[in-house]
Amino acid sequence: MNASPDTLPLLRVTQAVKQFVLRRTLGDRVARRPGVLHTAVDHVSFELGSGEVLGLAGGSGSGKTTLARMLIRLVEPDDGQIMFGDSDVRAASGHALREIRRQMQMVFQDPYSSLNPRMRIGAAIFEAGKVHHQPGVDDEAAFVARVLDLVRLPASAARRFPQELSGGQRQRVAIARALAVGPKVLIADEAVSALDVSIQTQLLNLFLDLRDELGLSIIFVAHQLSVIAEVADRVAIMHEGKIVEIGPTAEVFHRPQHDYTRSLLAAHPSHTAPTPRGGSV
Amino acid sequence: MSDILLRIENLRISFGKDDRRVAAVNGVSLEVGSGEVVGLVGESGSGKSLTCRSVIRLLPPGGEMTANRVLFEGVDVQSLDRDALRAHRAHNVGMIFQDPFSCLDPTKRIGEQIAETLRVNVGLDREAAKVQALSLLEDVGISSPERRYLAYPHELSGGMRQRVMIAIAVATKPKLLIADEATTALDVTTQAQILDLIVRLRREIGMSVLLVSHDFGVIAQVCDRVAVMYGGYVVEFGPVADICNRPQHPYTRALLDSIPTIESAGQRIRRDGIPGQPPSLGEIEQGCPFVNRCSYASDACRTLELSMREVGPGHTSACPVTIGSGS
Repeated sequence: MNASPDTLPLLRVTQAVKQFVLRRTLGDRVARRPGVLHTAVDHVSFELGSGEVLGLAGGSGSGKTTLARMLIRLVEPDDGQIMFGDSDVRAASGHALREIRRQMQMVFQDPYSSLNPRMRIGAAIFEAGKVHHQPGVDDEAAFVARVLDLVRLPASAARRFPQELSGGQRQRVAIARALAVGPKVLIADEAVSALDVSIQTQLLNLFLDLRDELGLSIIFVAHQLSVIAEVADRVAIMHEGKIVEIGPTAEVFHRPQHDYTRSLLAAHPSHTAPTPRGGSV
Repeated sequence: MSDILLRIENLRISFGKDDRRVAAVNGVSLEVGSGEVVGLVGESGSGKSLTCRSVIRLLPPGGEMTANRVLFEGVDVQSLDRDALRAHRAHNVGMIFQDPFSCLDPTKRIGEQIAETLRVNVGLDREAAKVQALSLLEDVGISSPERRYLAYPHELSGGMRQRVMIAIAVATKPKLLIADEATTALDVTTQAQILDLIVRLRREIGMSVLLVSHDFGVIAQVCDRVAVMYGGYVVEFGPVADICNRPQHPYTRALLDSIPTIESAGQRIRRDGIPGQPPSLGEIEQGCPFVNRCSYASDACRTLELSMREVGPGHTSACPVTIGSGS
């Protein structure tokens, strides 16, 4: 399902840059010293094919979340080009930007803070669909039931409030709300990281089902390499704002080329191939 | 592993008023040998944190514990009076948590926080405490300890803070270190360093470690034995290699089968996972807590009196079903 060379990639990021000014100390201000620049995303380029799952891995502070947010301009890029189909994400504004954001939807780590606690699940899903004039919104109940079915939740869940659901169910609702607007790309930012293993597996399978059923492309940001290993077609390893290695998942994980990738893989704890740390005496 | 440092027998922890009491820990029995690293693994709400806190009787408000025995070096922790309990917490057991930032005093330099422990709990004078604190900082792998001694917690990275917490926890040379999800919030590379540090200190000080984690990978790398918890019960207990390679309880097996691995990169395997979700507090009144999600379950499981049965040398399981080898 990789993008074949003759088709245009769905998303093409070229030399994207984001810099943040580190907070100046009082001394810096008094001396009128300029703030120190921190390059969170440093000339990053990659492509995402239609129906492809791209994993974005790296340690904390490596810039993976900043990069993910730049794609829909939740963080404004400072330089470079982001092309979604034939629209220029950086140049878009107003209706065009809203349309880009409709087609690239984000799912966050903590669904509890991204769902309105006073809104019933059904209303939250319906509102998203209505705002973006999705087909079928004239029949609210049917629309909500159809979207909930996509994430394997019963139609009865529409009457619930977020706090009545478990963590895994809430994350399904967050995905459902993203799907309600008919996106082409899901950006999942640590979307399964806070879940228990048994629930995490269910969600990973759901993401893969959605890719197969709806032809969605997914950018899967995670710090857990093993999770990325099993969902992603290709993986990009980020370190200090740069993509240090990118390629087919099996290739990168079985034959890592970059030292950072190797050290990341070596540190990853595994129950199947334990690298004993002193272990039994 | 000749002598037993800690032996917990039939521990129950419950919350709530008389008529609406719910049990969070249900008859857990556990032992930790001297110098041994024992893991407690399980999903959220399985009771692993509560179980390890019972060792120093540090339960959240409203929590009530009963046990046949919680023996620490032959003394029942339940029988300790105020002063004895304080001494037990100060000298016998060190504890580190997931979030070191909330455990450190943000207004005090970290060196002083370590020295304070040494003054109060070991009785060193100011001068000696400072010297000892500096050497502890060095022991836990903090470079240029003189400079770091003066740092405030917010000036340190998460990994550094956890090292400081470990320095405080081992300052009194405790016999048992309890690490409750101590590496969960850290990067894999930092996590590996902290685990190495714990293992090294365990060897040097000769302490035992009770390591709580939801991550079987972490458990497999550092533990000698592991107790798998589910719904407030220990469902399987044994040597870590036996449990990883020959899990006998259906829950352990399903859990291990759910864990993604790097080796399977690019194979596009879909794991079955475990259908449904873990029981909520008070949902299971009797029988096996895993019954609703178990593929081996029968009606008998709903009324079953859970008891551990020997399935291998030093390896026990709470499930009466014998599942074949494999996996």
